[in-house]
Amino acid sequence: MGAFLEGFLQAIQLIFSLDPGLMEIVRLSLTVSGLALLISAIMGLPAGIILGLKDFRGKRLLVAIVYTGMGLPPVVVGLTVYILLSRQGPLGGLAWLFTPKAMVVTQIILSLPLIIGFTMTAIAAAPAALPMQLRSLGATQRQIVFTLLYEARSGVLAALVAGFGAIISEVGSVMIVGGNIEHKTRVLTTAIVLETRRGEFAMALALGIILLAITFSANWLILHLQGRLDPRQ
Amino acid sequence: MNADVILRLEAIEHRYGARVVLRVPELNIRPREIFAVVGPSGAGKSTLLRLMNFLEKPTRGRVLYHKRAWTPNTLPIELRRRMTTVFQQPLLLNASVARNVAYGLRVRGACNGKASIRRALEEVRLAHLAEQAAHTLSGGEAQRVSLARALVLNPELLFLDEPTANLDPGNVKLIEESIRRANEERGATVVLVTHNVWQARRLAHRVALIYDGEIIEIASARDFFEHPQDPRTRAFLTGDLVY
Repeated sequence: MGAFLEGFLQAIQLIFSLDPGLMEIVRLSLTVSGLALLISAIMGLPAGIILGLKDFRGKRLLVAIVYTGMGLPPVVVGLTVYILLSRQGPLGGLAWLFTPKAMVVTQIILSLPLIIGFTMTAIAAAPAALPMQLRSLGATQRQIVFTLLYEARSGVLAALVAGFGAIISEVGSVMIVGGNIEHKTRVLTTAIVLETRRGEFAMALALGIILLAITFSANWLILHLQGRLDPRQ
Repeated sequence: MNADVILRLEAIEHRYGARVVLRVPELNIRPREIFAVVGPSGAGKSTLLRLMNFLEKPTRGRVLYHKRAWTPNTLPIELRRRMTTVFQQPLLLNASVARNVAYGLRVRGACNGKASIRRALEEVRLAHLAEQAAHTLSGGEAQRVSLARALVLNPELLFLDEPTANLDPGNVKLIEESIRRANEERGATVVLVTHNVWQARRLAHRVALIYDGEIIEIASARDFFEHPQDPRTRAFLTGDLVY
């Protein structure tokens, strides 16, 4: 209990002192996870819409792959990306290993299936006859897609929450491909691991509380948006 | 083709898989008429409406609109936007009543439709609920919003698929009055699909009986109800058609 209280007080102190080392870690965490989320959303939302709306050959297999992807073990993703990006690997020429770019790649792999899966489910939940109704009201195909996306906005926001939550708090893969290098690839989760190993429980707890605060703030913002956008809530 | 025809179906055959669900050698819809299609459930009435609204492509045959044959893919958006369907299930968007009624106008890029939205809602006597969330409406109110959403577009062709199924007499009366006004005051050509022969009798200028995917008889409303030619029409009108 003492360590927890000490950690909490230290967290408050660190936050309000705007400790440069801490700010650097927070900034890198938000940049890596924010960028990964953005790229995943750009790729995942259209993919989720197509899977939710269209029937085609091989769809069942694709959906099974997406569902499998939603439960990918982060360390396995980290290991795979490590092998791909290592000097002898097929993508070794990129020299991305132990850089934030590699961390973004692993986080995209982890969040993309979540965003696709949740978006697909949200879109598919709309009544099957709705696209026909919208077409009959004069909507173009593009307008139909945007209307369905707007109708499924709660589910789409949930997809983004799930995607962000999975990667901001993830440690296994970023540790493997980033290496937890100070001033370069150290993020909140890897810093927590390091401080715990060092026996600096108060500092580890402080970082954990900051991580929780970030996750809570992001979720609260999205829930607030959901409430504003959806008259049913 | 007769000049007095707005929509024409020629040699239509429509299949779902191997099953033929509709076979219509010829059908003409005249401008500014209310044409009712009656028949038992599963006879092909809704399918006919979807083909007329170019929401589905017939397996065989042609649908002509203003004397030209189109398919759902070739029909220009300007022509598509001159027709609309009110479906049996009023699928409203998760938004206010007014935003639902505004939908068709918004997709057309018409931003200043407040007066016409109000007028359409007044026609279905729901102007007082304009700002209410659509999901809070009763079934009858939702169907009236669905009708207002179509009326606001001033469609040249208005298709109605069982618009009063499962509604109470008060809502039925309101909706029928709106349909009549759409035809008489807005000049809409109305194709009404219903299994309610009394509704067809109250509203339609011409009536067709569709049974097992085929049109059995077409006549003016008076002839259809007073002098039916086909024994199946007589049986349907007396409630004796077994299906």
